Amino acid sequence: MKRFLVAGRTDFVRRPWFGPLLALLSLYALFSFISPQTFLGATNLLTMARQTVVVAICSLGMTYVIMLGGIDLSVGSAVALTTVVVARALQAHAPPLAVIVLGLTVGGLTGLINGTLVTALGITPFIVTLGTMSLLRGAAKGLSDEQKIDADPRGIDAWMSMPEHGLLPPGVWIALFAAIVAGVALSSTVFGRHVVAVGSNEQTARLCGVPVARVRILVYTLAGVLAGLAGVLEFATLTVGDPTDSIGLELEVIAAVVIGGASLSGGQGSIVGALVGALLMTEIKTGCTHVGLPNWVQEIFTGAIIVIAVALDRVRKKPG
Amino acid sequence: MRLSLRSVDKSFGVTRALENVSFDVRAGAVHALLGENGAGKSTLMKVVAGALRPDSGSLLLDGEAFDPTEPSEARRRGVAIVYQELSVCPHLSVAENILLGVEPRRFGFISKRAQNERAARALSPLLRGRASFALDATLGSLAAGDRQLVEIARALAAENPRLLILDEPTSSLSGDAVARLFAAIRELREQGIAILYISHFLEEVRQIADDYTVLCDGRHVQSGRVADTTNDGLVMAMAGRAIAPHERHPRERGEVALRVKDLAGERLPLAANLRLHRGEVLGIAGLVGSGRSELLRCIFGLEQASRGEVSVGNRPTAGNPRRRLAESVGLLSEDRKGEGLALGLSVSQNMTLSKLSALTRHGLLSATREREVSQHWIARLGIRCRDGAQRIAELSGGNQQKVALGRLLFHDVDVLLLDEPTRGIDVRSRAEIHALIQELAERGKAVLLVSSQLPELFAVCDRIAVMHRGVLGEARPVNELSEHDLLLEATGA
Repeated sequence: MKRFLVAGRTDFVRRPWFGPLLALLSLYALFSFISPQTFLGATNLLTMARQTVVVAICSLGMTYVIMLGGIDLSVGSAVALTTVVVARALQAHAPPLAVIVLGLTVGGLTGLINGTLVTALGITPFIVTLGTMSLLRGAAKGLSDEQKIDADPRGIDAWMSMPEHGLLPPGVWIALFAAIVAGVALSSTVFGRHVVAVGSNEQTARLCGVPVARVRILVYTLAGVLAGLAGVLEFATLTVGDPTDSIGLELEVIAAVVIGGASLSGGQGSIVGALVGALLMTEIKTGCTHVGLPNWVQEIFTGAIIVIAVALDRVRKKPG
Repeated sequence: MRLSLRSVDKSFGVTRALENVSFDVRAGAVHALLGENGAGKSTLMKVVAGALRPDSGSLLLDGEAFDPTEPSEARRRGVAIVYQELSVCPHLSVAENILLGVEPRRFGFISKRAQNERAARALSPLLRGRASFALDATLGSLAAGDRQLVEIARALAAENPRLLILDEPTSSLSGDAVARLFAAIRELREQGIAILYISHFLEEVRQIADDYTVLCDGRHVQSGRVADTTNDGLVMAMAGRAIAPHERHPRERGEVALRVKDLAGERLPLAANLRLHRGEVLGIAGLVGSGRSELLRCIFGLEQASRGEVSVGNRPTAGNPRRRLAESVGLLSEDRKGEGLALGLSVSQNMTLSKLSALTRHGLLSATREREVSQHWIARLGIRCRDGAQRIAELSGGNQQKVALGRLLFHDVDVLLLDEPTRGIDVRSRAEIHALIQELAERGKAVLLVSSQLPELFAVCDRIAVMHRGVLGEARPVNELSEHDLLLEATGA
């Protein structure tokens, strides 16, 4: 029993998300100590959870993409486009369920486009998604006549507000559920193993008969569907379709994934890590506000955390 | 003497790559360096070029001590090397490539005029009697032979070129380009430059070289004038031992498992025909670069075939790795670290990657099943590792190779395409892998074995075919063959 505990503990410490989790908890303690009235309470925890939902959901897809050795710069634009499409559909009196399905489909299509371009044309993902980032942003602006679109949310807004009965807004549950599915799929399905293998060594994967192109397209498509889901929840928060929403979101998402222990060269990453990374960034933002630090301090702080997290990970992994 | 080696030793770990090697290279002569794969030729030339430092012994260049600590120092002293794998920058121009690293500068700016003058001067002896190409053409737009000339010109752009090392310079050239290269080499010889010419091809050596040195197992065997020796004599010296025909009992041969008809790849092979039976080990001998690996890769579908058929069973099918695996054909890659294994993954992940379906339960991978599988094969193959969860990068080469073989065994393929299965691994693992291959054949598996080690081929094969410059010869039973015949056939002598 004792031996099991010891083994379990070292195993836990070796996880890539252990350091960021430690940072998350100690920062929580620090902010709570400085500002016990406002930061410590359940209300603030709930607010932080809600603010993290969009980044967290996008970071699930991004974890897959980055583990595959790719990158997706178009998520922010895909989220904005989805909010616009959702608002337009609601304006046209489509039933809410259909609107949600439409949102996910639009997101999935953007991912399918990314994946197909990367696979069929052999262009590096950075360039392809840099292109679609601009392309989707333009499409969102065109579709909305460069205006915010007001639409009656018809119940979709309830997804991100506190229910009368229950612990958390539905959106938070959805994010948690999606994270569990993504985590289990990554660690325990053939598809997840193929993703890791392609990211680790594409040649080996091909040698072993892994359908590399199919896996790649599927990963980008899934990332797109998740961006669509994030877009629907973003609409639920904003209750407007906003073509200029989520500019720079992709960088926050990439940062979350990287803080969580993923390697941009592929083959490494963790869903739990990405969630911790996303939470850590929200925590820094909120905490600094509560403590009364100006915006520029937050930004410096966030930047430093990203670099430190990755640097520590390197040091920890060095043999000997 | 232009270059003298005196008792040069070089070891890598426990392997002695060079042992007490001494010989001389004359100025104004082409000196061929001969030896089998792994005889120490590459190590030797890297020592001379300053890419490796000898453990002991000394080098003299024109009678002065020569101990370069890095290639740029050797180059300053007038010693330059052109590697088999061309190293040019495809996006830079001819002139820029030739003067890379020694650009003529004025106040930090590159002087275009001086650059072109010096590039033209370096190129001129190489271009006697043939049309020149533009100095501002980008390298990517040139043919392989011309790129090689540019690389040689780069070697000559040093202030005072004295010794040029050419490593298998004709391996990727067409007949025309070879003739042009030889003309260029003769011109350089006229100018008093010494050329150390590394080659496997005896015909070529006869054409171009004045002197020769033979290495075998890292030791200097003999040197002399090429005109004073016969091909038989050179082959005997390269093999380094008395060669006797091997006796072996044939195994029970079953039905044809793999049939290859007139197969050609995009570049290599040029033409290959073979029939591989169940219960048989068919060896493919040949020089590095003759197209042996490409043949296996074309069969497996990792490289595109441009012509010909591959049939597993009755009908010919187009190859891709996924389909071949489904047809029960598996390939062991020659490049263990780059392709054969995903070094970031664990032993068990690497072993099970091609057949994950055997591990799933209700759509999820069963960690228990994965552990059982890896435990079974770790024990069965005697893989020395902590457990299946250990990262494969932490294992020794021999144990890594056993994991790669374990993958084919776990997949339970009927046809095994093995590309240099014992390269770079220790003696014990090698013997174990040889025994395993024999056992597989006895159990009715079909094995196609590519190896550069002739003793290995004779130890495990029933028949051997030789690949020479992309063409696969007829497979013959080992008891009708000698190492001598194979070497002659492989070197085209």
